[in-house]
Amino acid sequence: MTCSRRTFLKNAVKGAIAGALPVAAFRLLSPAQARSAVEDASVRWGFLVDTAKCVGCGMCVKACKLENEIPYDAPVTRTWVERYVVTRDGRTHADSPMGARDGFTDRKIHGGEAIDPSEIVKAFFVPKLCNQCDKPSCVQVCPVGATYATGDGIVLVDRSWCIGCGHCIMACPYGVRFFHPVHKVAEKCNFCYHRITKGMKPACVEACPFGARHICNLKDHDDPVTRIILNERVAILKDEYGTKPNVFYLGLDHNVR
Amino acid sequence: MVEQVMVHGAEWTAKELFVYPNEFIYWSIQIVMYPYMTGLVAGAFVLSSLYHVFGQKDLKDMAKFSLVFSLALLPVAMLPLMLHLQQPLRGIEVLFTPHFTSAIAAFGIVFTTYAIIVLSEIWFVYRRYFVEQTMALKGKTGFGDTVRRGIYHVLTLGAYDISPEATAKDHRAVTVLAAIGIPVACFLHGYAGFIFGSVKANALWMSPLMPVIFIMSAVVSGIALCMLTYIIIMEWKKFKAILARGRGDETVTVIAGVEMDVMSKASKYLLGFLVAAITLELLDIIFRGYTAMKSWDILRDVMFHKDFVKIFVLQYGLGNLVPFALLLLPGVTIRRLVVALVLILFGVFMMRWNVVIGGQAFSLSFAGFMHYHLPMIPHSLETYKEGLFGALTVAVTPFVIFWLINKIVPSLKEV
Repeated sequence: MTCSRRTFLKNAVKGAIAGALPVAAFRLLSPAQARSAVEDASVRWGFLVDTAKCVGCGMCVKACKLENEIPYDAPVTRTWVERYVVTRDGRTHADSPMGARDGFTDRKIHGGEAIDPSEIVKAFFVPKLCNQCDKPSCVQVCPVGATYATGDGIVLVDRSWCIGCGHCIMACPYGVRFFHPVHKVAEKCNFCYHRITKGMKPACVEACPFGARHICNLKDHDDPVTRIILNERVAILKDEYGTKPNVFYLGLDHNVR
Repeated sequence: MVEQVMVHGAEWTAKELFVYPNEFIYWSIQIVMYPYMTGLVAGAFVLSSLYHVFGQKDLKDMAKFSLVFSLALLPVAMLPLMLHLQQPLRGIEVLFTPHFTSAIAAFGIVFTTYAIIVLSEIWFVYRRYFVEQTMALKGKTGFGDTVRRGIYHVLTLGAYDISPEATAKDHRAVTVLAAIGIPVACFLHGYAGFIFGSVKANALWMSPLMPVIFIMSAVVSGIALCMLTYIIIMEWKKFKAILARGRGDETVTVIAGVEMDVMSKASKYLLGFLVAAITLELLDIIFRGYTAMKSWDILRDVMFHKDFVKIFVLQYGLGNLVPFALLLLPGVTIRRLVVALVLILFGVFMMRWNVVIGGQAFSLSFAGFMHYHLPMIPHSLETYKEGLFGALTVAVTPFVIFWLINKIVPSLKEV
């Protein structure tokens, strides 16, 4: 059989395309994706924060850092607490020194003048953590699929696959992501997935002395926390981004950023 | 005493007022360099295509040069990304396991397609030359000649037919490739703009105009760099001619005449794209101000106070308005052109800077600011990679590559 160079090249190109097609098909219909699409998951994790109960002690932040091995003195954290002080002149002062790891021990905000207590009209604390969104923009933008949502709604990061481009950090409207100082990959709160999947509570929930933080299964309508979310007036953060967050707040003020 | 762990970004970020704890300037100088270098690639290619596709004869001399130059710039578009990644060794996964909902995942496909187009277009342009060189070097015994002949021999890919019919086919192939290349080059850079424009969490970046703005400024910077490099090379030629034959020689005036002719024509295209780029950028700002969404308060603070000098003085003033005037005023000289071109390149660089760094100059809380301090003297791998010297490495590399490619594919000689 004779094979001219032209025929050989033509067939080589055809072969390469034919070879690439089934690979692309596999990518579109990966078994895990197919399974999670049809699976009837009975769990969808949610979170409830009762802002009225938070006193800004920072126990949750401490517990989180220790539980999840985030270097204690690094200025990054999976969860944090914000302090808001609204003064008579209508201005809002907010801060979160070291993510409130050591609580709020200083009356000064951003090292400025201490605010005169008689000037304060209201002040409160707001804990923040990953919202485990239904439409997570961080998952959408990951170029290699290293961050993904599990069937029960938790967004995880594969530390062995993340390339460290930072696109997910940029895409999160809540600023919950950062680079892990040791592993050098994207890092975030996952509701202590290693604990909740074993029937335990997240470290921050466990550590909160005032019951400001609660975890729940949003699909279980008998779950007392889920019932609060269903029955009470709860709010979510930054709904304008369309990410559909699953951390609900009781008593959220409009000043909260 | 536990060793102090360094948080990525903490080195060069200074926070002011209320900024979320995890916010730092994560996308730093290399992400400024990335769209800048990709823009130069795309711009250089579009310039060469203006001749090949639309038959703009006045750009003939520039066309070959800018095509080869865009090849030299091509690998450098990837370099800043690699220097930026926290896990550079895994960078290749973007090509192997792309996650198609991500704009970056398109990079592998678009970039590879574009590389294939540029390489094959150059091959068709130079195929005849390769064959001629192989013939001319036949029988020469010197080491250098043998190596060169070997290289050209391989580059012909075995296609030795240089009959008029065959070269006519080559020309057709070039036209077709250049025509396909224009949308691909625009896509290559448009998608760089899309990466920013689609980040909905970032109030400054999120705009459907972003990809178009990026393409226009890309073409501007690409044309400007090609013109500048062309001037430098022609001046060098002129200088050599003066040394060899004296100032009054005919060749010197011929070179100077050709140079001025090519430049005044190329600068017309440059002006056109510059007008388009500025119009779109201003439209973006005006629209944001007029609609005054929630983010406008903080954006206004950044634009008109914190970054006023960088945006309005350096980018629009020095980088756009001054070169615009320099190019439009009658009696253009090469010297004035050089000043205008340098300023345009600077202006486009500042535009990239103001988008990338400016987009991170305010917190997601809209209640605080972040300031970027470019690491100058490297004291660790990170401060080299994402510092002044890393950026300079990226800026110098295309010229080194161009010098190497030009040894094999002479883009400045008449072939």
